Amino acid sequence: MNRRNFLRNTGFVAAGSLFVPAFMKPLEAMALDELSLYKNLVVVQLSGGNDGLNTVIPHGNDIYYQKRRSIAIKPEEVIKLNDMQGLNPNMIALKEIYDQGWMTIINDVGYPNPDRSHFRSMDIWQTGSDSNQFLSTGWIGRYLDSNCQTCKFPYTAIEVDDSLSLAMKGQTKKGIALKDPAALFRNTNDPFFKAMLQSDKEHLDEDNLGYLYKTMIETQSSASYIQNTSKIYQSKSIYPTSGFANQLKTVSKFISSGLKTRVYYVSMSGFDTHVNQINQQGNLLKQYSEGMAAFLKDLKSNNKLEDTLVITFSEFGRRVEQNASNGTDHGTANNMFVFGGKLKKQGIFNAAPNLSDLDTGDLKYQLDFRQVYGTILDKWLDVNNADILNKKFNTLDFI
Amino acid sequence: MKAKDNFLKVKHLYNRAGFGISYPDLHKLSKKNIEKVVDGLLKEPKDDDALKLVDPSEEKRQLLVQAGLYAKKDLNDEEKKMRQEIIRMQNEISRDLNIAFVSKMINTQSPLREKMTLFWHGHFACRSNNPMYAQQLNNIQRKNGLGSFKTLLVEVSKSPAMLNYLNNQQNKKGKPNENFARELMELFTLGRGNYSEKDIKESARSFTGWTYDKDGSFNFRQNQHDDRTKTFFGKIGNFQGENIIDIILEKPETAEFISRKVYKFFVNDTPNEAHVKELANHFYNSKYDIGELMRKMFTSDWFYAPENVGTKIKSPAEFLVGLSREFYVTYNKPLVLIQLQSSLGQYLFNPPNVAGWPGGQSWIDSSSLMLRMRIPSLVLNDGEIDFSGKADPEDEAVIALSRAGTNNANANAKPKSYVNANANWPKFLDTFPNGTTPLELTEFLLQPKLNDKITKMVSDNKGLRSTAVEITSMPEYQLC
Repeated sequence: MNRRNFLRNTGFVAAGSLFVPAFMKPLEAMALDELSLYKNLVVVQLSGGNDGLNTVIPHGNDIYYQKRRSIAIKPEEVIKLNDMQGLNPNMIALKEIYDQGWMTIINDVGYPNPDRSHFRSMDIWQTGSDSNQFLSTGWIGRYLDSNCQTCKFPYTAIEVDDSLSLAMKGQTKKGIALKDPAALFRNTNDPFFKAMLQSDKEHLDEDNLGYLYKTMIETQSSASYIQNTSKIYQSKSIYPTSGFANQLKTVSKFISSGLKTRVYYVSMSGFDTHVNQINQQGNLLKQYSEGMAAFLKDLKSNNKLEDTLVITFSEFGRRVEQNASNGTDHGTANNMFVFGGKLKKQGIFNAAPNLSDLDTGDLKYQLDFRQVYGTILDKWLDVNNADILNKKFNTLDFI
Repeated sequence: MKAKDNFLKVKHLYNRAGFGISYPDLHKLSKKNIEKVVDGLLKEPKDDDALKLVDPSEEKRQLLVQAGLYAKKDLNDEEKKMRQEIIRMQNEISRDLNIAFVSKMINTQSPLREKMTLFWHGHFACRSNNPMYAQQLNNIQRKNGLGSFKTLLVEVSKSPAMLNYLNNQQNKKGKPNENFARELMELFTLGRGNYSEKDIKESARSFTGWTYDKDGSFNFRQNQHDDRTKTFFGKIGNFQGENIIDIILEKPETAEFISRKVYKFFVNDTPNEAHVKELANHFYNSKYDIGELMRKMFTSDWFYAPENVGTKIKSPAEFLVGLSREFYVTYNKPLVLIQLQSSLGQYLFNPPNVAGWPGGQSWIDSSSLMLRMRIPSLVLNDGEIDFSGKADPEDEAVIALSRAGTNNANANAKPKSYVNANANWPKFLDTFPNGTTPLELTEFLLQPKLNDKITKMVSDNKGLRSTAVEITSMPEYQLC
């Protein structure tokens, strides 16, 4: 007996009108004229610590070849971007994107006193904290909390996943995680779920029970909005078959159908390449690049590329010197990618990593990752980054 | 009326001090006065209650092999395989340890002891790849969970799991690592704002030389210890780690910090500062006797005040353990318990950071609430589950390995699976007197006061079983 069946047998299924509290009203009554000029941010997380030096290869630097005798990418295989740096050959799909001016590479992004634990460093990147500070809210979550003009709705931030990352959780507001809008819509329209919501105002106090009901109502409301807005949209673009490409396809569907979401979050895992790195990372970079290229072209064909900014990060880079197992161990600073149709500085943003000035074998960071967040918050999401990051970070000129 | 009051008090007590209570136990206990019931909860179990899943001698052997392999520069293929195999086995044992802790909470006869273990598990939050160290720390938290806070603190501080997690292995004379000293004060005892950066620096020097050996025993290395004079909270002396802990405990701020955290875990997310103060004084005067602190709290009238009953959001562990205990659930594939913990945001032994799980409303977002509301029908009715959850960052290396050489483009997609659990319905239903109505069952299962909507919903119901599944699927069941 599944849940729908057992619930169907009960008497309360005959649903009356659904109680919609006042604060949810604007949501359904959304005006369509605001649809244009709606800027989106897509955050792509590479989990496990992607090896940035074998992603963007410093082919012009001999130290790279000395330190990575068995896993270096040969100069003739590198997709050269300039005299110093080039892309891993598995990223050929991004060559065209790069040449179009839709891609920026930011070198050596990190933070002071870096932590080499996956968990802790991911925590730092997701919360935007200092390395000795513990925050229980994420940077996008705090953007939602700021209650700005652009972040009022519960579907302002969507993670295409089963569960919600810390990055998306604020103190009072949280993003919504969903893999399949139709499934969430079905679940929130389960007769039992609906019956729970037809009630009086007593549940909507500020206490914990009120919070649970508020979350249910927002989930249902968001699920309906997302499903009803996006269900008619059919993508004409062809995506490669990978989990990652599927996530991006869902994001594209949401963006192209005009969903008023500001932030999307997707992730891809498997980058912790301690052993036999070449094939593993190669496969992952191939999936990443092909998925990303398809996504960007799809957005372009829908005239959405100029309104979209995509960033890619990983919790840390890897050590400059390879290990004895043809892999690399946990390191520090790493490159970040920015994609979009309206980049101010295209191509390579700053100097390539300095491989001769290391901190006990690790890259020194040139830019704090919160300068990148701060730039996006200030220039793309239109909030003051100090309100979100707890102190002011200087912005960069990539957008 | 008095009997009914006591019935509700005992039910509330067992929801907070334990993981709920069966109807017959509740019936029996509610004939006693509440002091007696609290006495019963605080009583030490007769048997050695430790988790014994990880066999220390076997673990030690593996660790030594592993250490040998790591020390070697060039490994041959067989040695590489061996190293991978050891990592795989350690991960497997770590998962088994998690399940052993959850099962213990589900089946225990000493619910308060396990609840305290869960509390200290979050307070002294720690991750360890080594299941022997993780088990050892868990057992320290269980053994001392209701005893002396000082003993607990010293034993935790000397445990390999914590020494490793907070980098005290790297804390050496002339090259201090402040991580442990900082968290000791910020998160374990005094709380932010009650110490200076200088206190951290000086105390870090006192903990130099606190290390452990590969076999998991504490080792004070005199030659790594900085034995010059330190100044800590205005006191000057050649302090060792133990002296630092003593000085920290002399400060009433420590009693207050712990009492507030206990209050937030057992009473209410929003502390009533007068009540916290009351607890802190009692705790301090009892020389940090945790059992005394708990007795004071559970026997205070305010503990049973309406604002503190049925108003706390259950943690994922409380939710899963409570449901499983209530319905005598057996999990045929216990790994699903890990999947559920992870999807609900509380993967035990894997806290987000040393600050532990933030708790309260942060447990709930749209996806975790939807999942919580579905779990009862999945667990109790053996439904299908189709979420894959996120990979644990520490598992990334394993994921990377398992994908090596394959071109599995869709590695994230997992087949649908069933929870594959059995609730013992006859046993559950047998605990209720003949003629129990759906409404009475509802009143028993839920902690918040019933409102008209729920009363109306269940009054239409025929069977107790379907009522139980429905009630446990409600938002109200998320509260205790």
